[in-house]
Order: sequence, then C-alpha cells, then structure tokens
Amino acid sequence: MKGLVIQNITLTLGGAQILKDVSASVKPGEMVGMIGPNGAGKSCLLKSILGLNKPGSGRITLEGRDLSAMSLKERALCLAYAAQGAPLHWPLTVERLVALGRIPHLGPWQKLQPEDDNEIDRALTLTDCLHLKERAATTLSGGERARVLLARTLASGATYILADEPVASLDPFHQLQVMEILKAHAAAGGAVLVVLHDLGLAARTCDRLILLHEGQMIDQGPPAHILSDKNLSRFFGISVSRWQENGKNFLVPHAIHNGQSHE
Amino acid sequence: MNNTLSYSLLAFALIAAGLISLSFGRVSLGGADIWAGLTAPADDPISMILFELRLPRVILGMLVGATLGLAGAALQGVLRNPLADPGIIGVSASAALGAVIAIHLGLATIWVFSVPLFAMTGALLATFILLLVTTRDSSVLMLILVGIGISSLATALISLVMNLSANPMTIRDMVMWMLGSLENRTMNDLWMAGPFILIGWAMMIGVGQGLNALSVGEEVAQTMGINLMWLKLRIVIGAALSVGAAVSICGAIGFIGLVVPHITRALISREPGAILIPSALIGALLLTFADILTRLPVAGSPLRLGVVTALVGAPCFLYIIFHTRKEMR
Repeated sequence: MKGLVIQNITLTLGGAQILKDVSASVKPGEMVGMIGPNGAGKSCLLKSILGLNKPGSGRITLEGRDLSAMSLKERALCLAYAAQGAPLHWPLTVERLVALGRIPHLGPWQKLQPEDDNEIDRALTLTDCLHLKERAATTLSGGERARVLLARTLASGATYILADEPVASLDPFHQLQVMEILKAHAAAGGAVLVVLHDLGLAARTCDRLILLHEGQMIDQGPPAHILSDKNLSRFFGISVSRWQENGKNFLVPHAIHNGQSHE
Repeated sequence: MNNTLSYSLLAFALIAAGLISLSFGRVSLGGADIWAGLTAPADDPISMILFELRLPRVILGMLVGATLGLAGAALQGVLRNPLADPGIIGVSASAALGAVIAIHLGLATIWVFSVPLFAMTGALLATFILLLVTTRDSSVLMLILVGIGISSLATALISLVMNLSANPMTIRDMVMWMLGSLENRTMNDLWMAGPFILIGWAMMIGVGQGLNALSVGEEVAQTMGINLMWLKLRIVIGAALSVGAAVSICGAIGFIGLVVPHITRALISREPGAILIPSALIGALLLTFADILTRLPVAGSPLRLGVVTALVGAPCFLYIIFHTRKEMR
C-alpha cells in the first residue's frame, strides 16, 4: 500500500488505554491535520509511528514495509519528527543545530559532505533562517526557534514530516509562516502529518483531517466534512461561526456548550 | 579555531608539558640530561631516575588526565548537565572505595588486578545508580544532590574500612585515596591499569554523533536513528572502566572532569560530540601541569595533586553554578 498506513493500532501506557483501534493514512503530496480535544491521543499516535512507544497491537507500514521491521536508521531516513517544545541543551549555533538533521545520512565517523551542506542551506532558506546561521540557538526568540527546529526536520530530507503542534505559542505571522513551510513540503511531494489545535488554521491549510477523540479515530476526510457543526459540538463541546472569503473557509469558535462538553 | 591547528597546538603543548614534567623533581634535569638519560644504558643513574621515577609518573598523569577530561565530556553530554564530573557525582569516590576494599581484604597481595577490578566495579555501581535516578528526574540539581550523597557514603565507607584495619599508615592512605597522588608510581601500575583505561576510551570516543543528537532531547535523538540504550551503556561502562582504573592507581582526583569540557567548549566547539577528543588532550595537559605544581617547593613538602586541582577547580565549579543557575531551578 502506498504511503504511511496505520492499521488498528492499540496503545496502553501505565494501565490506561491511550489508543483504541486507530487506523489512518498519509500519502506523499498530502498535508494531513490531526485534531481532537486535549488527551485524545494525538501526540501518542505520532510517537507510535516514530517508534517512541510500542503499540500493543496493530500494524504501521511505510510504502508496504512494516515499520517495526525497519532499523532505527532506515526509519530516520524516511520519517522526521518536529517535537512539541523540544528542549535545547547546549548553545549550538543555528547552523550546527540544523546540521543535526543530517545525522541519519552519516556513517559513525563521517563528516558532513557537500550534499549535506546543500540540504542544510536549503532548509535554512526555506524557513527564512539563513541570516541566523551563526547565532547561538539558545538566544533565539520563540518564532525563530520554532523555524530553526523545523529547519532541522526539513534538512533530514525525509519524505514524511510528523509535526506535533508546531504553531503552539507562536504569533499569527509565524503560525502562518510555519504552516506555509509545511504546505510547501507537501506540494513538493512530501507528506505532512501535523497535530493542530487551531481548527480554523486546520480548515484552511490541510488537505485532509483526522479526528481523534478519547483514543479513537472518529472520522477522517476533507476539512469541511470533519469540521461539521455536529462533530464540533459533540467532540469539542463548542459552537462556531463560519464564513467564506476569497474561496477559503473560515471558522471561529464562539461558545462552549455548558454541561455537555466533551460528551 | 581550525581543527587541525588546534589539535597540533594541543599535541605540541602536551609534549612540552611532558618534557617539563620530566625535568622537575628532587634532581633537576636539563634538556641535555634528559636526552642523555633517554639514550644511556639502563644502569645509568639519570636513566634510572627518568625511566623508573619520572616517565611512569608523566605517562600515568597524562592517561589519568585524559580519562577524566574524556569521561567528564561524555557524562556531561549524555546527562546534558554542565556540572557532571566523575568526582562531583561520586564515581571517583566509589572507585576509591572499591580499591580500598580490595587492598584491606588482602586481595591485592593475592592478585594485583583485584584493585583495578574492584575500583571499576565501584565506579560502575555509582554510574548505574546515577543513570537510574536521572532517567526519572533529569534536572541539573538532582544529579548533583544524588552525587553528593553517593560521594559522602563512599567516603564514609572508606574511613570505616580503614578504621577496622590495623594499619599504622591509615591516615596517609586515606589522604592518598581522597586527594590523589602520582608519587612513587611504577611501570607496573601502568601495565595494570592501562589496558582498562584504553578499553574505556575506545567505548566513549565514538559516541560523538549520539551526543550531538541528544542536544535536542532523547525522543528526537531516537527519531534520528540513535540507539539510546546502547549509547548510554557505552558511556556508563566506558566511564566506569577508565575512571575506575585511573582511580585505582592514583586515587580520586577532583574537578578535572568538570573544568576541562568547559574549557574545550570555550576554545574549540560548543557541540557535545566535537569536544570528546580535545577534552582528553586538554585533560592530559591540565593534569600534567597540576602535577608539576605539586613538585614546586612550597612549604617544604610536596603538595597533594587533589589539592592543586581543587584549588583551581572548586572556584570554577562555583562560577559554573552561578552561570547555569537559571536552569537549575
């Protein structure tokens, strides 16, 4: 089967069932958003795909190959992870930080090759970070840091990018900028699976949405279909206002449903 | 700084320090004496001073300094903690405890290798406890507090073992294990501990890429193809082998492992993986100089090596704490 296919994944952590029989898929060229209220299991699903936690049952395949049968390195060459609020422990320069993305391509003692440098420059350019190259990454602002960490992900050259709330705590300008970078990656033949909390942003930027609720995959499909009044009321406990402008769908939450939120 | 240039400078400085160290001592030797001694027959007095007293001391000093610098850099990298150091986190004291137990049980006279083996076991136990604790709570402070606990316990047990043994040299031995010394070491010490030190180095030296990846956290590092378990095992066992073997010949020498990676980061690179080998070279250089200082005629008797390293290292420790105090909350 083409793309990244998640089949009937079940995950239990510390006695609690986090994912229940979840199936979903992402194909190259596609930008897929994963939405759901807090605690729905979105981050855990990403981590299951990345091999950071071990699903109890089910199967995840990439281009038909079982991910659990692939070596760490093979997986790292195909999948790149943009973690939510990833720590930064040493004051590396931006260039060296982005260069970490090339690690899967290097042998144990190998230095960066010219093609690695090209990829690093490409990622820095795409994310508008070229001018930050020599800065210590620990001194960056929130928006700059988010872009640099995304550049690290892009520099890996992986087709599949799994991003966990990449726009959390960013101002509107940088939110749109990050989403455009991801969108461009998908347009260039990459695949993006992105966890989002901003439903309006998800509606405007994603080709397809996956709705998770209490560890279950409720539905997947085009944003207009997933973000129906019924779904938003039932699973998010909110009412929204909608309108169209320049052919784009806008959506703003305006009321919570007292007493029946999150069912 | 350019890599080749910095390596050549360090290598040059190391050779110079070694020669200075060879010339220092009760009998001062000039460059010509050293050359004559190195080429003279074995029963020549200067040759005997050089080969039986000075050379083992210089080589062991460099091996131990390199070990502490390398282990400090590797531990700081894997624990992502700028205060990690074999001395501060109690690994050296635990190794000293192992060595003292082997000696006072009389095992050392039965089988000489029991001393480094017990020392390495002590170091390994301490490192594993620290790793277990820091997987649960990885704050900078937690590691240091647990380290102080382990260190105090090991020191208390060393004095207990010494109290129980009827040896008139007890206090002297105690000082040697706690403060470290390179006095009166022979080539036998080198053959005994050297192989373990080298195995420990070999395990630690290839972890650079993994340490770099860990800069962005354990989860992201794993998604870059780094086998975290294997990386941690290599560093823990490598550090325990080399530090344990080093402590078994010259006692616990503090602060070299703490200070050296900071010097290397300031001079050469801020990447945790790129400072491993330079830290080993700078560690060897620093310990050689510290050992030269112990032989300067101050107050009539030779200074303790650990006293010299602490005089320099402890203020650095305080400075680094002030510098990183934001992260420590």
